[in-house]
Amino acid sequence: MFDMLILILDSTVRLSTPLLLACLAGLYSERSGVFDIGLEGKMLGAAFAAGAVAALAGSAWAGLAAGIAASIALALLHGFASITHRGNQIVSGVAINFLAIGLTALLGQAWFQQGGQTPRLPQEARFTDITWPFADSLRDVPVIGGLYSELFSGHNLLVYVAFLSVPLTWWVLYRTRFGLRLRAVGENPAAVDTAGISVTWLRYRAVICTGILCGVAGAYLSTAQSAGFIKDMTAGRGFIALAALIFAKWRPVPAMFACLLFGFLDALAIRLQGQPLPVIGQVPVQVFQALPYILTVVLLAGFIGRAVPPKAGGVAYVKERT
Amino acid sequence: MTPAIELKKIDKSFGAVHANKAIDLTVAKGSIHGIVGENGAGKSTLMSILYGFYQADEGEILVDGKRVDIPDSKTAIAHGIGMVHQHFMLVENFTVLENVVLGAEGGGLLGRGVAKARAELKRLADDYDLRVDPDALIEDLPVGLQQRVEILKALFRGADILILDEPTGVLTPAEADHLFRILRVLRDEGKTVLLITHKLREIMAVTDTVSIMRRGEMVATRKTAETSMTELAELMVGRRVLLRVDKAPREPGRTVMSVRDLTVRDSRGVDVVKNVSFDLREGEIVGIAGVSGNGQSQLIETLAGIRHAVAGRIEVNGTAVDPTRRDIDPSRIRALSVAHVPEDRHRMGLVTRFFEYENAILGYHRDPAYGKGAFLDIKAIRDAARGEIEKYDIRPPNCLLKTANFSGGNQQKIVLAREIERDPAVLLVGQPTRGVDIGAIEFIHRRLVELRDAGKAILLISVELDEIRSLADRVLVMFDGALVGERPPETDEGELGLMMAGVNREAAE
Amino acid sequence: MTRGALPRWADYGLMPALNLAAAFLASGLVVLFIGENPVEAVKILVWGSLGWNEGIGFTLFYATNFIFTGLAVAVAFHAGLFNIGGEGQAYLGGLGVALACLALDRYVPWWVTLPFAVLGAAAAGAAWAFVPAILQAKRGSHVVITTIMFNFIAASLMVYLLVNVMAKAGSMQPETRTFEPGGRLPFLQDVIPGADFGTAPLNLSLIVALMCCMAVWALIWRTKLGYEIRTFGANPVAAVYAGISPVRITVVTMMISGGLAGMMAINEIMGSQHRLLIEFVSGYGFVGIAVALMGRAHPVGIILASILFGMLYQGGAELAFEKPAITRDMIVVIQGLVILFAGALEHMFRPGLVRLLAAFRPTAAQAA
Repeated sequence: MFDMLILILDSTVRLSTPLLLACLAGLYSERSGVFDIGLEGKMLGAAFAAGAVAALAGSAWAGLAAGIAASIALALLHGFASITHRGNQIVSGVAINFLAIGLTALLGQAWFQQGGQTPRLPQEARFTDITWPFADSLRDVPVIGGLYSELFSGHNLLVYVAFLSVPLTWWVLYRTRFGLRLRAVGENPAAVDTAGISVTWLRYRAVICTGILCGVAGAYLSTAQSAGFIKDMTAGRGFIALAALIFAKWRPVPAMFACLLFGFLDALAIRLQGQPLPVIGQVPVQVFQALPYILTVVLLAGFIGRAVPPKAGGVAYVKERT
Repeated sequence: MTPAIELKKIDKSFGAVHANKAIDLTVAKGSIHGIVGENGAGKSTLMSILYGFYQADEGEILVDGKRVDIPDSKTAIAHGIGMVHQHFMLVENFTVLENVVLGAEGGGLLGRGVAKARAELKRLADDYDLRVDPDALIEDLPVGLQQRVEILKALFRGADILILDEPTGVLTPAEADHLFRILRVLRDEGKTVLLITHKLREIMAVTDTVSIMRRGEMVATRKTAETSMTELAELMVGRRVLLRVDKAPREPGRTVMSVRDLTVRDSRGVDVVKNVSFDLREGEIVGIAGVSGNGQSQLIETLAGIRHAVAGRIEVNGTAVDPTRRDIDPSRIRALSVAHVPEDRHRMGLVTRFFEYENAILGYHRDPAYGKGAFLDIKAIRDAARGEIEKYDIRPPNCLLKTANFSGGNQQKIVLAREIERDPAVLLVGQPTRGVDIGAIEFIHRRLVELRDAGKAILLISVELDEIRSLADRVLVMFDGALVGERPPETDEGELGLMMAGVNREAAE
Repeated sequence: MTRGALPRWADYGLMPALNLAAAFLASGLVVLFIGENPVEAVKILVWGSLGWNEGIGFTLFYATNFIFTGLAVAVAFHAGLFNIGGEGQAYLGGLGVALACLALDRYVPWWVTLPFAVLGAAAAGAAWAFVPAILQAKRGSHVVITTIMFNFIAASLMVYLLVNVMAKAGSMQPETRTFEPGGRLPFLQDVIPGADFGTAPLNLSLIVALMCCMAVWALIWRTKLGYEIRTFGANPVAAVYAGISPVRITVVTMMISGGLAGMMAINEIMGSQHRLLIEFVSGYGFVGIAVALMGRAHPVGIILASILFGMLYQGGAELAFEKPAITRDMIVVIQGLVILFAGALEHMFRPGLVRLLAAFRPTAAQAA
């Protein structure tokens, strides 16, 4: 039973990682007042770029760099439309999702002729699992050994990057000048403007942060979790990340717990496929799939706490004529 | 001594609107300098140019005798200029301290800069009597304290020149008095204060020098000690506008609307209308005078069914209305023959994106005259709109034009025509001539008096005391949400002013 | 004030044309980038979609889907609401259609089934839009986010139903049994004498879609409800002043929108597939966003935009066949570009155009 739990938790960590990266990515953009429903598209674009470049260059690091670059490019496009041209942020996000789905499949087929996939990556072009010191020797120590060797040790680098991004994001948000300004511009851009700070440049920096983290999330999918890009491989994770972001009320530490919860539901669904649960009996796998969305809707409805988005979110900043 | 600020031939246009025309202004160091003018005279634009929010099309700015370019607020701050905006530029869910340091954090990391700011804030609080809890959230502070945070923000950035844009608009008289004390302390400490307002009383009370703007031009500058309110008023409006309306005395008829013990609470849980009772009779205009923000807006919106009350009764034409009930809405009130010209026509009274004829039925669109059943009879609507255009001389006379393309005065006529032509028993009117040109003002006033003479009951709310005194048959004065007294319209302006400032009530208590 | 003053012909004609041109130009660059000739690609696309009867049939078949989902997005736009849940609402609409067809197809002819199918589709779609609507109206939860969530919930629900409840007995396929003729709409070529659309499943739903266009036009511009919807969309404060209930308008508009999206399933399920199957919506709900944006939320514009997208879908299939390098994913790219240029970047060319026109008409510029 304990081993089973450790296994589920272990896969929870793996499944939560891309969610967490994308969720923190969205946090930067949305806290700055730029809504982003294009997390999915950025992640997908990054996954493709990472998979393709890692395959061509034979290096996971080159793949990661390409993934981040692709994701930043899409993020800048979102910024160009919604910050510079004050376009509708939702529409822009939808457009980016479409572009990413279409372009990755189209270019994938044009370049590799494998039905939209990138070539299968060899082990050395992937981020492989890192075994912590003594993980093997401690394996048999009860409880702690299992936790240490299975849960903490033995993940790839990007998993650790994701979880370290949580305190980092917290620190940036609450302990740095950039964070203070970021939070301010999402609430009242006019206050930031009159304080002599450029709203545009600040928001652009925020969407670039979003681009970087979505890039890592995408690279994780194609060069760490899998060995190559598969058509539409994000499969809605960008939207679950968005749900987690709302669930966490746009705060970094709760974001981690929300992603772990949603990852756990996913892991449970995989593990329990076809097996009855004690007391409840057989639960259709679709319930687990839908649960993150249902929980988010319930939260949005204000039945469990209240999720209040950044006040200036979704609205382009226009200097008002006083 | 070099002046703190010199503006030379500042010119600024927004599209077709010429907001500032070759403005010259000299502000002496260590003085409180007032700038007065009516709404839309160009005061705020001028100050926004000085603060780098807009750029002048032409002209020069000199700070401390040196010619400067101010392309953005950052540069203005660097030149020692600070501004307290009419709408506060605060982040509501930040603490006072966070708001103060925003933009002047003193380094990439917050830790040390914030600690220094805390010390500095304490020093400023002691020096200028500006005490605020640095860890309080802005949204928890009353308006007066929020304004204090704005002043602290400017001082923290080392401002020597402080611009305040209509600072008392949102303050209670007591808070305003405190503000003036602070401004005097600032001046005595060597700061220069620019006070923008349209309230002459404030100018007389606190400034050393006053400049008057009218329609984008700087028309005069006076030593406050050497001028009078009458002179300033004349300079502001150009000619002594005697808002005298020919009005025969008329005996009011029976009561058509009676309001009893009406109390309205706003979303913050503050009572904004307190125990208001009055009657409105046929053939009379009752004016409600008061400083903006003393509950008049909420009162008229409650009577119109837009807001709900927490207590009170209303009776219209013998029909009782329970204003606390959630199912009361504007269409029910309209059905009782109550029409409403809202205070803010752009925000509430019109859909500017609509064609003129579409606005001519706003609120009355369910009237069978405009179509049977679920459908609209477009032809009937356009015919009605054309009739109103002709009767009210709305220009251009084209009901197929987008409403945004009409001038302020004509937009107001569209609203008035719509509300009056339904032949209501009661007309609620808020700020009927705000932002309206002189010609249209006279037309609107005449129309309101005609309506009164036709036996209708009119409740008039205006921040223009002159307007109230010339139109109303009775004047009710509102202060801090309550009606503090009734006076005939001939009452001396000074006495009404004191009542509006709440002096009367304090004496009575 | 911020929107530069443009004459109406420029606002409604030139601007959309420019945006569309930009989108297609960018698409051409993508084609060039993958080493194909864009001019040739356009030729194949146009011929494949309009050059032969079957092509036209398919083009109009796809257009039918887009009219429904485009109208759905457009109606919500008029109330200032962004319904991006068309995907889920259409999916549920399929359930409504299937239930009507499965219940009736063995007993009555198609024309008896049709009204029930329409009702089922609209009711199911509307019901799926109802929850996000009421949450927005009463609790202020943003309808964009809730409708996205409901798309995913719909997907899970439908898979569950098709696998566990509605699947044909003894089959592993997640789909219902095939409808009998009483649950199938006639193909247009069987109704219109002389018409021949080959194997294209173009069916009577097109007529239903065009009727919906007229109904939506009348609703928005000729009824009191439509007046209220537009008032609420353009100025919610004025709507309250006019006695229009925001809760009622939000809920009613979203339900109409959801109902229209749901009706898309009539074309796919009753008109073409003749059974309910998973993922039959396959992105058509999202295309509705592009169609509504391009068609400027007007039924006539939506018909034109739907035909254009129908051409892209059909011509794109031909293109993928002729030029294997240009897969059908190219359509998705073009969609993305159209949404980008006609939607998010719709004002990009405005300042330049205003200046350009002002330069030609100096007197008109002053009159503002």
